[in-house]
Amino acid sequence: MDNQDYWKANIRLMLVLLAIWFTVSFGFGILFVEQLNQISFFGFKLGFWWAQQGSIYVFIGLIFYYTHKMKKIDRQFGVSDDDEDDA
Amino acid sequence: MDAQELTYLFVFLSFSLYIGIAIWSRAGSTNEFYVAGGGVHPIANGMATAADWMSAASFISMAGIIAFMGYDGAVYLMGWTGGYVILALLLAPYLRKFGEFTVPDFIGSRYYSTGARVVAVICLILISFTYVAGQMRGVGIVFSQFLNIPIFWGVIVGMAIVFMYAVLGGMKGITYTQVAQYCVLIFAYLVPAIFISMLITGIPIPQIGLGAEVADGSGLSVLQKLDNTLVELGFAPYTEGVKSKIDVFAITMALMIGTAGLPHVIVRFFTVPKVSDARKSAGYALLFIALLYTTAPAVGAFARLNFVDTVHNTQYTEVAGWFKSWEDIGLIGWQDKNNDGRIQYYPGAAFDGKPTFDDTRRADGSRTVTNTPSESSNEVYVDRDIMVLANPEIAQLPGWVIALVAAGSLAAALSTAAGLLLVISTSISHDLLKQTMAKGLTDRQELFYARVAAVTAILIAGYLGIDPPGFVAQVVAFAFGLAAASLFPAILLGIFDRRMNKEGAISGMLVGLIFCFSYIVFFKFIAPELNSAAHWWFGISPEGIGTLGAVLNFSVAFGVSRLTPDVPDDVQRLINNIRIPKGVGDPRSH
Repeated sequence: MDNQDYWKANIRLMLVLLAIWFTVSFGFGILFVEQLNQISFFGFKLGFWWAQQGSIYVFIGLIFYYTHKMKKIDRQFGVSDDDEDDA
Repeated sequence: MDAQELTYLFVFLSFSLYIGIAIWSRAGSTNEFYVAGGGVHPIANGMATAADWMSAASFISMAGIIAFMGYDGAVYLMGWTGGYVILALLLAPYLRKFGEFTVPDFIGSRYYSTGARVVAVICLILISFTYVAGQMRGVGIVFSQFLNIPIFWGVIVGMAIVFMYAVLGGMKGITYTQVAQYCVLIFAYLVPAIFISMLITGIPIPQIGLGAEVADGSGLSVLQKLDNTLVELGFAPYTEGVKSKIDVFAITMALMIGTAGLPHVIVRFFTVPKVSDARKSAGYALLFIALLYTTAPAVGAFARLNFVDTVHNTQYTEVAGWFKSWEDIGLIGWQDKNNDGRIQYYPGAAFDGKPTFDDTRRADGSRTVTNTPSESSNEVYVDRDIMVLANPEIAQLPGWVIALVAAGSLAAALSTAAGLLLVISTSISHDLLKQTMAKGLTDRQELFYARVAAVTAILIAGYLGIDPPGFVAQVVAFAFGLAAASLFPAILLGIFDRRMNKEGAISGMLVGLIFCFSYIVFFKFIAPELNSAAHWWFGISPEGIGTLGAVLNFSVAFGVSRLTPDVPDDVQRLINNIRIPKGVGDPRSH
């Protein structure tokens, strides 16, 4: 059984999501925090908000999006775990 | 009823609930004991993971740490949540597909080596014991603070409760108790936070209140007011850090990958029925964790603001009751350096270390601190851990809220302790006995040894809680650093690098482990006087060194694996198999 394409699709999705993960936390929250702090956001300095609030919300979104998207990719390549009986 | 009676009542009710659940969900086989039979719903598992994860440190200490660190507190907020993204995307689904009981199981099979398994067991035990000692101590402190029971008896009661559900119920008992504990602890955290947010900003949602205007007519937002107040007193602004950028980066990364490598967290994903459930359940876990973690920065900021407002330049005789009651148990100390009878709060330590008192009281009733005063004009010592516990009193909330916080902190400490004790006992009965030293064990015998190991682990943890070696608080860095530098790279490479063989993985784990261990021991114990940015490698503190350890681990493992023989064919098939969700089975012993 060759699942090369499935694995590639998985890795591609994963890398995109990890890039977002890195950008919001290490990028917005740490590396560029001073620059973003010049901007005001609902009473917060924007960099501070990313570091103590925003990045956490994005993390949750990333995992649920990954779950949702992987379910589709699993089905598309016929390796899903939700129709074991038909297999 | 007064606050004390209410606390007894709340604690009694919550403990009865936990024991009831333990009896209802008693484990009958190793499968149920280790992974709850693999049939836990993703949402229930998400709650259990959240309770497992959020320890006494998250519940009691974190908001206090943030209150005094300001922006730098973000390392804990991002570090302890961002790890779940890594867990969900890189580890949990594949480990669930692998379908055995423990983390050393995976490392032992994937690297076709008993040696690798034993190294993993050593990492696991080091990491978990470090952690569990702190939990038992937390239980002891809550008992002594709120119920006036000596710490010794507090820890004994805590041990008895954990014994009931961890030893009898195993993973099954722990999972359902943790669901209940999550509900208790999150309710207990949110209620006072909402009250305080209402008091300060008039907005009931703390996450929004943190950015809102203070309801004192000044037109300033909470964070602006906090910045102004602190700068006036000579502190750094709350919203800007004092740590170096590279250190903040390294600590955050070490906490993230350390989280993903913690065995008691990983093992929770072995309990769900399917691979897709493992992904989903990581999402729910983070959602439930985030409820507390996005509230904590608000609690921290409100607490700091309240603290400065009520304490600074206040006549001791006029100061609020909570200040005096925490002074009575020695977690606040006041030294009237300029003899004006008022409390001054400024940057710098008022004196070296924790306050020591003699038995006398000054004319205004304050306790006499016997430490040598420092140069700083600051007169107050305050233990960071009291911020969450004292918050309801500071904000003058009703007695039942105080009782709720006591029950919540016990839930947080007990749930984490139980999860840790379970992975310790499992690694001994399953990985060391069944898989390494006594391969002929029957299921019944193995279950018996698992319970014996759990009892032993509880006794050791209890001893560490009653009589903690002076370094318990300091070695928390160990757990994350070691997990980041040893287990995390080995698991990750096991899934994503086909060419990674046992030679590479074992040398990587050992290099990461020994490097981190030495670095932390050197700066924390051998030469603590050198523990400053000038002497750290690349300016990375011992808390963040796990990041460098992980990089070393990856490089060594990669280099060695390319110079040594390829992995055997049956392991290639194992890798193919864990990479696809289809064909997942019940967790089983191979």
